[in-house]
Amino acid sequence: MTRIDRRRLLKVSGAGAVAASAGGIATILASGRAPAYAQGASLHWLRWSDFVPASDQLLKSKIVPQCEKALGTKLNVEMINANDIQARITAAIQSGTGPDIFYVIGNWPQLYVESLSDVSDVAEELGKTQGGYYEVSRLVATLGNKWIGVPWTTGGGLVTYRKSWFAEIGYTDGKFPDTWDTLRDAGKKLKAKGRPLGQTLGHTFGDAPSFWYPYLWSWGGKEVEADGKTVALNSKETVESVRFAVGFWKDACDEGGLAWDDSSNNRAYLAGTICATNNGASIYLEAKKKPDTYLTEKGTPLWQDTLHAPLPKGAGGQFVLPFPSTHVLMAYSKNQKAAKDFLRWVNSKEIFEQWFTSQQGYSDGATRYWEEDPVWNVDPVLLPFRDIPNKGRLAGFAGPPGRASAEAITKYIIVDMYAKAVQGMAPEDAVKWAHEELVKIYS
Amino acid sequence: MTFTTLATPTAYAGSPRRGPVTRLLEDERWLALVLLLPTIALLGLFIAYPFFKGVELSVTDAKVGVPGKFVGLQNFEQIWNDGIFHVAVWNTCVYTAITTVLKLALGLWLALLLNNNFKGKAFTRAFILLPFIIPTVLSTLAWKWMFDPTFSVINWMLYQLGIIHSRINWLGDPNLALVSVIIVNVWRGVPFYAISLLAGLQTISPELHEAAAIDGARAWQRFRHVTWPLLLPVTLVIVLFSVIQTFADFQLVYVLTGGGPANATQLFATYAYQIGIGTGLLSQGATISLAVFPVLLLVVIVQLLYIRRVETH
Repeated sequence: MTRIDRRRLLKVSGAGAVAASAGGIATILASGRAPAYAQGASLHWLRWSDFVPASDQLLKSKIVPQCEKALGTKLNVEMINANDIQARITAAIQSGTGPDIFYVIGNWPQLYVESLSDVSDVAEELGKTQGGYYEVSRLVATLGNKWIGVPWTTGGGLVTYRKSWFAEIGYTDGKFPDTWDTLRDAGKKLKAKGRPLGQTLGHTFGDAPSFWYPYLWSWGGKEVEADGKTVALNSKETVESVRFAVGFWKDACDEGGLAWDDSSNNRAYLAGTICATNNGASIYLEAKKKPDTYLTEKGTPLWQDTLHAPLPKGAGGQFVLPFPSTHVLMAYSKNQKAAKDFLRWVNSKEIFEQWFTSQQGYSDGATRYWEEDPVWNVDPVLLPFRDIPNKGRLAGFAGPPGRASAEAITKYIIVDMYAKAVQGMAPEDAVKWAHEELVKIYS
Repeated sequence: MTFTTLATPTAYAGSPRRGPVTRLLEDERWLALVLLLPTIALLGLFIAYPFFKGVELSVTDAKVGVPGKFVGLQNFEQIWNDGIFHVAVWNTCVYTAITTVLKLALGLWLALLLNNNFKGKAFTRAFILLPFIIPTVLSTLAWKWMFDPTFSVINWMLYQLGIIHSRINWLGDPNLALVSVIIVNVWRGVPFYAISLLAGLQTISPELHEAAAIDGARAWQRFRHVTWPLLLPVTLVIVLFSVIQTFADFQLVYVLTGGGPANATQLFATYAYQIGIGTGLLSQGATISLAVFPVLLLVVIVQLLYIRRVETH
């Protein structure tokens, strides 16, 4: 039997052949990078798994080949659970290797400022040609005058509610209570019929802050002053909001919401156990996609009995916590030019429109140009989502959406303030606790 | 009979072409070192390095992407004054203590049952390992559904049996939430105890039991004076492993409650993750993780000393 030693194995194997053609294994090791097998750049783009699966399908089946054709760039799109993105980006930054472009949510770009490339040229060019960015998109994606990310969308939540159930208690013609008092009253009546409002008060990154931050603002409460340092939570307005929340929760809400995650309210609404919930358009889109599966108690398609409305207004106004998404280019990426070209290309009107259409109204654009898109004429039930960015405030209001506001939202300080009160803590004490926690964060 | 030949073995007639490496390895000290090298490398890479990296991070103000500068014990001072950290410490201690006692009691009971001869013994032994084999995230997701406030099958069953008249808010009530995560941890951990203790039981010679029985010892007395003393060293090692694992538990709580509601189920690991990854404050995350170390070190030292005492007696 012929003996094959290491040298011979390397010579005859494919790895050996590739290594030889690329200048030998020593060259590859010295470069510290894997050999390039194909012509043109290759980009690794990490995104969340979209709540509208059709959009992910579109990216994989159409945008990827179009990108290769238009830019000569081979695009590797990876989709993961939104909750796992931060773990991935942290690992990538600390190791200095990983995806070239990350899709990030909310004020996350502010957490990774030092590790992101300056993309001002791309963002400013796109902003100019597309009617300008919304303020919320600009705030999360800039540091002073420098753009640390290219805004992608500005999603957000509205109340998804059952038209017929609200009509039964007097809100005919698709009306929805527009003050907290009337919503509490309506919710009380509906809860008595076994159809409560459904809202999470648990530790879940999307729906919990999306409801409780705008709720706080609508009463006139705020985390900090405009200087971004002076904590201003412990106020008469905040205490009032907490006191009201305790009664609101008991009278009108599904009390199981203390344990809900971001999908629990979707399931509950689709199963017909709640009358309304603050959410993105995903519930409606799912019900519309499966009209035979999701039915009302009368056997009619659920989507036909579903409408959307903004959260009620209070003494402080009427607000939404938008969900801006941004693409950040990692400073460690060896493909800076290709990545910028790609961001410019994928955000161009022609390409972005394909993706935007596939969202069917789930997302707003990051620029005002998309307010005029024909997608808003397709389904009037989704039209209220178009106005979200204009009513948007970001976590950390009235200060900038920096690292401290991210810490406060990650620690669920505002959400837990309400949860503690609902669980029996005196409203004043709950506010005091949250205020002190914020002082530690902002100091 | 003489022992001369044993005491002075004939010289090893090795290969005439022995190289310097072979000659070196003939020295037992060098051979031992070479044999230990892979283990040392693995321990160094996966245990020592992360540990010392954690220590280094905890005395800096490092954030994601920012190496940070030395700040001494500032981070420890900060978590010492952190109310949520206090809650996490308390929860972790309660969680570990209760689950360890329950897992030991149920595991021992199960092991004693499985040590008997019955039809389908092999199948049953394999079957009870299922909770331990199934990936934790997967089984915890199933539990999450069972504890779901709206769709809980447990509530449905209790309601149908007439035991409850309104639903139990398993994960929404702060006390019940901790009870729920304890239930899931016990469910997952009992098989480990049972199988490990079963292995210990099988090393006990049946003759000892027979002798005790002949002397008139009843079942409980046989367990108390024969089984338990012989099983104790194994039990202590299992408890040691279990305490370490439970203290650092993450996935179960992360999936089930995310530390909520209002931090009612927040543990060391989930809080460290929330701060280190969610907020990017790596140094503070590392400090929270490291705060477990002195407690665990104490537990390990006490248990190891006790094991040594038991073994020498």
